[in-house]
Amino acid sequence: MVDIPYEGIEGIPPAEVPDVELYHPRSWWTRYVFSQDAKVIAVQYSLTATAIGLVALVLSWLMRLQLGFPGTFSFIDANQYLQFITMHGMIMVIYLLTALFLGGFGNYLIPLMVGARDMVFPYVNMLSYWVYLLAVLVLASTFFVPGGPTGAGWTLYPPQAILSGTPGQDWGIVLMMSSLILFIIGFTMGGLNYVVTVLQARTRGMTLMRLPLTVWGIFTATVMALLAFPALFVASVMLLLDRLLGTSFFMPSLVEMGQLSKYGGGSPLLFQHLFWFFGHPEVYIVALPAFGIVSDLISTHARKNIFGYRMMVWAIVAIGALSFIVWAHHMYVSGMFPQFGYFFATTTLIIAIPTAIKVYNWVLTLWRGDIHLRVPMLFALGFIITFVNGGLTGLFLGNVVVDVPLSDTMFVVAHFHMVMGVAPIMVVLGAIYHWYPKVTGRMLNDTLGKFHFWVTFLGAYLIFFPMHYLGLLGVPRRYFELGDTSFIPSSAYSLNAFISVVALTVGFSQIVFLFNLAWSLFKGEASGGNPWRATTLEWQTPETPPGHGNWGKELPVVYRWAYDYSVPGAAEDFIPQNQPPRATQLVQGAAS
Amino acid sequence: MAVALILLLVAIGSVLFHIYSPWWWTPIATNWAYIDHTINITFWITGFVFVAVIAFMAYCVFRFHHKEGRRADYNPENKRLEWWLSVGTGVGVAAMLAPGLVVWHQFVTVPADATEVEVMGQQWQWSFRLPGKDGRLGTSDVRNIAPDNPMGLNRDDAHAQDDVVIENGDLHLQVGKPVKVLLRSVDVLHDFYVPEFRAKMDMVPGMVTYFWITPIRTGTFDVLCAELCGAAHYQMRAKVIVDEEREYHAWLEQQKTFAELSPARAVVKATYQSGGK
Amino acid sequence: MSAIILFLAVLAVIAGWWLSQQRLMAKPWLEEGAVGDFPGGDAMTWPAAKVGLGVFLAVASALFVLFISAYSMRMSVVDWRPLPVPRLLWVNTGVLVVSSVALQWSYVAARRQDTESVMIGLLAGGASAVIFLAGQLLAWQRLGAAGYFVASNPANAFFYLLTAVHGLHLTGGLVALGRTSAKVWRGAEIAEMRLSVELCAIYWHFMLLVWLVLLGLLTGWTDDFVDICRRLLS
Repeated sequence: MVDIPYEGIEGIPPAEVPDVELYHPRSWWTRYVFSQDAKVIAVQYSLTATAIGLVALVLSWLMRLQLGFPGTFSFIDANQYLQFITMHGMIMVIYLLTALFLGGFGNYLIPLMVGARDMVFPYVNMLSYWVYLLAVLVLASTFFVPGGPTGAGWTLYPPQAILSGTPGQDWGIVLMMSSLILFIIGFTMGGLNYVVTVLQARTRGMTLMRLPLTVWGIFTATVMALLAFPALFVASVMLLLDRLLGTSFFMPSLVEMGQLSKYGGGSPLLFQHLFWFFGHPEVYIVALPAFGIVSDLISTHARKNIFGYRMMVWAIVAIGALSFIVWAHHMYVSGMFPQFGYFFATTTLIIAIPTAIKVYNWVLTLWRGDIHLRVPMLFALGFIITFVNGGLTGLFLGNVVVDVPLSDTMFVVAHFHMVMGVAPIMVVLGAIYHWYPKVTGRMLNDTLGKFHFWVTFLGAYLIFFPMHYLGLLGVPRRYFELGDTSFIPSSAYSLNAFISVVALTVGFSQIVFLFNLAWSLFKGEASGGNPWRATTLEWQTPETPPGHGNWGKELPVVYRWAYDYSVPGAAEDFIPQNQPPRATQLVQGAAS
Repeated sequence: MAVALILLLVAIGSVLFHIYSPWWWTPIATNWAYIDHTINITFWITGFVFVAVIAFMAYCVFRFHHKEGRRADYNPENKRLEWWLSVGTGVGVAAMLAPGLVVWHQFVTVPADATEVEVMGQQWQWSFRLPGKDGRLGTSDVRNIAPDNPMGLNRDDAHAQDDVVIENGDLHLQVGKPVKVLLRSVDVLHDFYVPEFRAKMDMVPGMVTYFWITPIRTGTFDVLCAELCGAAHYQMRAKVIVDEEREYHAWLEQQKTFAELSPARAVVKATYQSGGK
Repeated sequence: MSAIILFLAVLAVIAGWWLSQQRLMAKPWLEEGAVGDFPGGDAMTWPAAKVGLGVFLAVASALFVLFISAYSMRMSVVDWRPLPVPRLLWVNTGVLVVSSVALQWSYVAARRQDTESVMIGLLAGGASAVIFLAGQLLAWQRLGAAGYFVASNPANAFFYLLTAVHGLHLTGGLVALGRTSAKVWRGAEIAEMRLSVELCAIYWHFMLLVWLVLLGLLTGWTDDFVDICRRLLS
């Protein structure tokens, strides 16, 4: 660990940065429960998201039991199956991944990485978490209400979502939409913080182009989320009114259980437009933080600057902007105006180019690096493979006519699990191994970590790669059981059973990880402040774990970009961002 | 180096799985072989990129993993390399997109000689309707639905009277004849899905959607619902039978028209209306 | 969805302009050194709360524009029967204008350090906003009494929905305004309160603007306007 002597820094004194007024905790309650410290809020967000995520994991086991061994488990019926897939999808996409990346990693890393004492609106930040928790509790409560949770599929398409042919029509769907509305309100509070903190609270010298890519990813994703979530909000409110007050925003004239319903004139496609106007950016809201974090993991553990930093930044911004004009590629077979297909196929495939550039730059960063195959790096490599795989199958589904036979089959399920399920989870796990020492001051166990990585990565790949081929065969998704068909051979059932066994194994192996998290908290090897010898500011805090206010008396001053690894002529193979030029004995011109 | 080897094996294993997989698309039964060709092109291009990226990554891990005394290069960017990679990617993307858009154009352009067939979805069964002797389908409305008029046809529409209505039966199509499949639903979203046809489209209550196909071989095919439509979604089945011309007409002769299915009510209603005016 | 796409295009232009000031083309690895050697790129000099409000207004605008998008898409269906806009809405609009003007006056007074005028402006603004909300509720009541129920036609449903969402946003603003007024009342230093008063005034102008747009939409003026634009273009 390199200690940066704060008093020795020359240049513009940090004291010129106005000291943020901090709310200092006075009791155990305000320190650990109603805390306004972004780091505590981050941990609260992460634990809540993980807890509800484990519920979703159990739901996936139940689904896989039914799919792999249809008819064997009499306690799962068709209604429950639909409830499982709906809750699994909604929890994983919104309540786990979005909350964990933005609420968890965003809260922890943004203030530390930009050199701020805290988020700019700590009180609002605290409220954000409590509203999120409320949303999670409302969501979880649907398991216990009469009729159970909604089984409308996570897309909640009307008219089906609010009609009596769908499980959870009484309470489940109402609570689901209420929970989503709460989540969006809570997220907006947090999101304002993340954005304004990046804009306002960067320490001296931290220009945009000196930001670590993690911050770029989370920042762009937050901006996108702030603009995309209102679409889900609008859709949820209107669907709720259709359900509760009998309005017809989305509901056309239709027959419900043999009776002509009270509805008339509404447009189901309007809901789909609103939903996917949120839903597609949502994919990148999850992906961009993962892109950012994985860039930093690769750079740190390959001891090499990220290749093409500028291109990486531009690509993040370009992807963020483009992702707002591709939403209808989820609707190629929805019956929308067919001519839209040309436009949305073109924009969708164009977005592949900046995404591909990011992939090239990750692997080019490895070239002539000094690759330490530590657990975070392994997860980063696992991410690249699963992301490339899932991204490439996206080129099938984005190309409008290819989507026609593949939509609503297991190909789609395999694709989105690979690209926005497994790949981001790889990053989440890698990031936990990477930053756990900063959060707790102790290292996670390496052997358990490697075991965890190989089982998770290879297992997840074995689950989702063959699944694409079931989709090619034509196996539809969201089927309780396949029944008798002329085109599904018995080998497909064997494959399903195989996938289920692997899924259960991978699921249970996460216990090793949970054990590691708990055990290392007390027994892990002490890490010191900067165990990975990284350059970014969060590793340069005077205390580990960082205290309230993050920095000592003075804020750090930034003198360089975030990727000064293996600079020719420098004594160490890394130079922290806050190290002044004089101290590095840099050979002039060698860096250019 | 074990890690590099495993990474490489993942790529090679994926390719081998692709080649030897017993799970592949169903034998096609319509004119949409173009779609299969486009998928094949996409497989070739994406497969190449997948193997190239992972092999390169595996090589880097093998060649540059940490050893005592190794120091990484310092290489912030290489504009030329990045440009070449971008241009190459752009070409690859264009090579997939262009055929895709051409085929999409064919997909949404219905030939003028296509005959119309209507498929109606409801929770959880399929109904079919063929135009009668006049070659035109009559109008319909959800509000007309009654026990003796399950498809909601308009009794006052002369074109509807000779429409062939098939409830709880199988749909027959004639091989070699282009057909425009009109899709509608009376309750929730459904999707008329026959894997061998490749084409599919959602059915949306309140609107009529369509796709078109020309069956190219005879046979019996399963119809499934591909858009989640409630509790019994997975049980919503029917069959499509593609016949030679002679069998098709023999089958068609046996079907009942709308007028035949509910003659009494229609007559009563007709007199009532003429009497009222 | 053309309204929201247009709105996002405007935001993209603003974001693009801002990013263009941030030297995104610079090569950061060559720019080692102390602060100030490289112009541009430091944190913004505006107060954080003001930036925060700006971001929030962008989010709220996105919300309203999405409602408007949904409105215009739903409107094209044949079952749409526009409802007669109650005259009361014009009175309410006047009250909201008064509210906005009062807060602006209060802000100007805050710049002059005139505590008394600030207080009067805040109270007048708050009171007229409350009157506006009461007027909206009255309008609802009258429409209901005249048989325009929320579920009987999508035009009615949108009327209630849009006015409710606008009203809720204004109510949220009243909470902030109440806190600011309470602080001024308890004798907080006016220089410290200037920012709060300014933010309230900005928010009120925004709510007025949103209301005018919604009013245009509900009365059908926007349609006519779009029609004229289309005719001019073709």
